Order: sequence, then C-alpha cells, then structure tokens
Amino acid sequence: MAEFEPKIIAFLCNWCSYAGADLAGTSRIQYAPNVRVIRVMCSGRVAPVFILKALQLGADGVLVLGCHPGDCHYVEGNYKTLRRMALLRKTLSQLGIEDERVHLDWVSASEGVRFASIVNNMTEKIRALGPLRPNHGEEKHG
Amino acid sequence: MAKLKLVLYWAASCGGCDIATLAIGDKILKLAEVADILFWPIAMDFKYSDVEKMPDKSIDACLFNGAIRTSENEHIAHLLRAKSKIMIAYGSCSYEGGMPGLANFFNRRSIFDRAYIETQSTDNPKKVYPQPKVQVPEGELEIPEFYDTVKTLAQTVDVDYFVPGCPPEEKTTWLALEALITGKLPPKGTVISHSIKSVCDECPLIKEEKKIKTFYRTHQIIPDPKKCLLEQGLLCYGVATRGGCGALCPQAGMPCTGCYGPVEGVVDQGSHFLSALASIIDCDDPEEIQEIISNIVDPAGTFYRYSLPDSLLRRARIK
Ligand code: SF4
Ligand code: SF4
Ligand code: FES
Repeated sequence: MAEFEPKIIAFLCNWCSYAGADLAGTSRIQYAPNVRVIRVMCSGRVAPVFILKALQLGADGVLVLGCHPGDCHYVEGNYKTLRRMALLRKTLSQLGIEDERVHLDWVSASEGVRFASIVNNMTEKIRALGPLRPNHGEEKHG
Repeated sequence: MAKLKLVLYWAASCGGCDIATLAIGDKILKLAEVADILFWPIAMDFKYSDVEKMPDKSIDACLFNGAIRTSENEHIAHLLRAKSKIMIAYGSCSYEGGMPGLANFFNRRSIFDRAYIETQSTDNPKKVYPQPKVQVPEGELEIPEFYDTVKTLAQTVDVDYFVPGCPPEEKTTWLALEALITGKLPPKGTVISHSIKSVCDECPLIKEEKKIKTFYRTHQIIPDPKKCLLEQGLLCYGVATRGGCGALCPQAGMPCTGCYGPVEGVVDQGSHFLSALASIIDCDDPEEIQEIISNIVDPAGTFYRYSLPDSLLRRARIK
C-alpha cells in the first residue's frame, strides 16, 4: 500500500498569509505538497461550517492562517477566528476529531519560511495520526 | 368533497409528538370533520398488514414523527412513503434526528455495553446481548435490528415537508394541517413554521450589547427575566434557531435549546450557534479565552442537541 499522504485544506487570508505563501513560492522554499490553498479576504471569513464541510468532504486536516494579532487588515477578524477555533476544537474533540487536525496560526507577508514550516509540521502530525474518516467506528447497516 | 386520508406514525421518538398532535385542542373536531385517520399506532388498533394492503399513493398525507434507529423504523418509513402522496417529517427527531440522535456520539457496541452490561442495576454475567433472531422451541423469533447510527427521515426516504419542534407547538401543527386541508401547499421542502427568521427576532426580552465574559449553566444564576438571557451568560440558542414558537422558553426564564432547527438557509445548526457564541466572547487573550470556554461543559451536546444526525459530520468518530 502506498504511504498515506494527508490532504490538508488551508484557508489563507489575502493580506498577510497568502502573501507569505506566495513569498515561500517565489523564494523557492521547499514545503510539503499536501496543502490545497483557498484564499479568503480575512481569517475572520472562515466560518466553522467551512471547516466542517472540508472534513466532511475528505480533508484529513484544516489549516487556517491569518495576520498576526494586532495586524488584521480588518482590525478584529483574527481575534474572532481565535475564539471560534478554540470553541470548534473543543467541540470536535467530543466528536472524536483530534486537536491537531484543525490548526490556527499566524503568518505575515514576509514570513515565507514560517509558512513552509507550519505546513511541514502539520503534514507530519497528520501523517502520524492517519487518515480522517469521519464515520470511522460505524458498523455497517441497512 | 372527499375526506382527507391521513396517517400518523412514530419511529424512534418519545411519544411527545403524538401528544402534540392532540394538543391542537378543539380543532381536532374540525380535523375529524374533514379527515379520516387510517393508521395511528398510539391511538388506534391497526396492524402493519392493514397498511401493506392499501394501494400505493392512496394516503393523502403521512405525519411521521421519530428518527430512524432500527430496521423497523426504516421499513415503515419506506412503506408509508410508498402509500402516501405527501410525506411530512413531523418534529425534531424526524426532521433532524432529535434527542435520539444524541446516540450518534456512541455506536451500537458502546450503547449495548452500557445498557446490557454496565448499568448498576444490570446483572448479566453471561453477557447476553439482544439478537435480531433467536431460536426457541416454538420456532424462530425476530426483533428489529438496532442500527449503529441514527438517521433523519429525509436521509431515509424522500420527504415533502418538515414541521419543526420538540414537540411542534400547537399553532405550528395547525399551520401544517391547514395547508393539507385547504390544499394550499407550500413548495416542496418547506419547513412549515410561522417564521423563517430566528427566535431572537420574536423574543420580547430587552437586548443591549452582546459581550460575554463568563458563561453560566441554568442552575448557577437567577437571570433578570426582562433581559436577554444570552447577554446574561446563559447559552440561549435563539440566535441560531428558527422562530415560530413565539420565543416560549426565554420568556419563561429558560434559554432556548434550539428545538425549531436552523434558520432558513443554514446548513449545520450547531456550527451556526458555535460561531455566534464564540463571536460575542469579550476577550482577545488566548489563555483567557480557553478559561471562558471551559464554562461551556458540553459544547457538542449543546450545539447538536437536536441535530447531530442532520449535521455535516452526522456522528462522532469512535476509536
Ligand atoms: S438570545 Fe435568547 S433571550 Fe436573548 S433575544 Fe435571543 S431568544 Fe431572547
Ligand atoms: S424557545 Fe427554542 S427550545 Fe423553546 S420552544 Fe422555542 S425553539 Fe424550542
Ligand atoms: S486580514 Fe489577515 S486575518 Fe484579517
């Protein structure tokens, strides 16, 4: 069997983190090819339902990246994300989904190296956890 | 005019929905004038074989309450769907999975272990579990199979309308019955309620600023009965719940628990409330946020109290 390659959906805010990822690319920094990037205007745009949908559709993990605290283009967006992600992680753990699968972090436009290391770290953590099958543990019926 | 042919059924439910149907009070006489009830297990003695003999689509409408938990629930859902022109998921369990759907935090194995082995009053040294088929001297006995995952009615058969509530309020029930009686039916898929907006929208309590530093459970504070309960730190679900009940619970001093389901257009009611709640926490410090959240002792059970089977993830992963 081929080695498990985690699928990670990454929501990146337009103003800092997407630019950071871009910098990683233009600087030719190597990083794990496991992330599928979705650009959003602000990390505050990432409603918890986006994350649930990604997990439901087969993502093994979801990464949300925004501007560092205090730097959000819309002032408050990333703080709101911080609160929602904390509550979402607690809720997901009751549903059998490990904390490491849903990660929030901050990457500025100049942090290409940081972007790459966050992606690499998360990929390795999820590789160790194995695939997420949302209905794992369910016995067959009907 | 020919009388309307109605059937009512209960699957995995508590019986409250059947009582709620009777709660339409003297309107039940009006209903009796215009409708014949052909099948109603809680109130009338019929057999499944009576239903099996009816021609397909010979029933005008079926009010189906309860979730789908066993092979019997599933079988009757298919049977009644085939016999009925209109299928209505009546009440939270049928519509979203409801309280029985909380079983999706577990699986069949863990539920059976709890119920037949671990409970303090159980003495079962041979670890006997219920079996769908058992041989006895008189022959083979069969009971319905208990499924691993609770499903909603719409995850099982095609559903025409949904009536929300645990149980639905009298006026909501009557709204659905009136539509059937008059033949003025809304578009397929409609959730029949007096409101498409939130419970907050019809709640008369005084709303000021929603900024929360501490959450409380209902037994921990006596709230000011005139003010919004959420603003006082109680987990009032009104923001993420469809109106139509008239905001009954908050007006009685109890937070809304979300029984009328999501507001129009929302997928996954639980995450909608989660999002609204997290947004009003008045704090930017990661550690303090954790501490405030620690006061919400059972977030998943609170957010998905009536809707786990209908949520995007449908059930917990069991390792
Ligand atoms: S949160 Fe509850 S108490 Fe406050 S307005 Fe909404 S329904 Fe009423
Ligand atoms: S206030 Fe909420 S829980 Fe109470 S009846 Fe209305 S929708 Fe249901
Ligand atoms: S714009 Fe980057 S987090 Fe808000």
